[in-house]
Amino acid sequence: MKKYLEMFSVFFKIGAFTIGGGYAMVPLIEAEVVDKKKWIEKDEFIDTLALAQASPGPIAVNTAVFVGFKMDRYKGAFFTTLGSILPSFLIILAIAMFFRQLKDMEAVENAFKAIRPAVVALIAVSVISLSKNSRLKGIGYLIPIVVALAVKYLKITPILFIILAAIGGNIYVNVIKKGGA
Amino acid sequence: MIYLKLFITFFKIGLFSFGGGYAMLPLIQTEVVDVNSWISISEFTDIVAISQVTPGPIAVNSATYIGYTVTNSVIGSFFATLGVTLPSVIIMLIICNFFFKFKNNKYVENAFVGLRPVVVGLVLSAMLLLINKETFIDYKSIIFFALAFLATWKLKMNPILITLLAGIAGYFIY
Repeated sequence: MKKYLEMFSVFFKIGAFTIGGGYAMVPLIEAEVVDKKKWIEKDEFIDTLALAQASPGPIAVNTAVFVGFKMDRYKGAFFTTLGSILPSFLIILAIAMFFRQLKDMEAVENAFKAIRPAVVALIAVSVISLSKNSRLKGIGYLIPIVVALAVKYLKITPILFIILAAIGGNIYVNVIKKGGA
Repeated sequence: MIYLKLFITFFKIGLFSFGGGYAMLPLIQTEVVDVNSWISISEFTDIVAISQVTPGPIAVNSATYIGYTVTNSVIGSFFATLGVTLPSVIIMLIICNFFFKFKNNKYVENAFVGLRPVVVGLVLSAMLLLINKETFIDYKSIIFFALAFLATWKLKMNPILITLLAGIAGYFIY
């Protein structure tokens, strides 16, 4: 039971501090699950993110499912997922019940004025550490840059890149790498 | 049966929320404002604003909030949130099963050769999307960014601690 409680509480912590949506939890999961608990390996983490992106729904929830499943199948996934959702559930419920008016939230809004740029910095550091673990070399560094610009400026859906990348990886290994060697 | 209706509607939203985050705002809006008239457009804007100042995925946040306001009970929140979460959990479990069975398969391994740089790009795109006028409101924002970057990069400080410190600083400075 202690193990489940630990899995629950680590993801509860991640859920409670995931601000800015989606990839804002990448630095958090890296710090808690990869570096501190060592529940998944550094280079397995990037694979986890790829899988989380391939499924619909929030990245935070999908990553929780993966880590929980890896540790203890369905039971593990249950506790990590519950942990990751519960903080926002409780907070939003409290807001819906007690303060419908946003005016009460001016202090919170001020806090967030500083948190938002800090979150950008956290994600920036994650990008650096992820690119180290992605075994990129030479011209390969162009891939993340092209993908990022295409998502931002051309509004291309990430799922398309996931599909193309999976096919592209196979073509690269079988045709280009073999042909070149 | 309003609980079932909430569950089904949010299940649908959860199922089609590829990409996550703000990509799914139009879909949520169509379902809860236009189709079901559960909340008004201005309430919906409030939920988006609340989601920006609270943790958690926007889909889960709006499900919890709308579930409560529509039924005036926690049970409504529960069914809406369960509905929005279930599709991703089920699909992710199927993907996990497949992954752990076939992760040493040649094609799966090759797929990940292509996926790794793309995932770095997707995280980078999330960062680029956050570099906007709502995040960087003045010169102080740049200072907060620089301090948080140095604290994480050089001092290896925990992201949770940095978020807390930034929140306290923002409260006193703004």
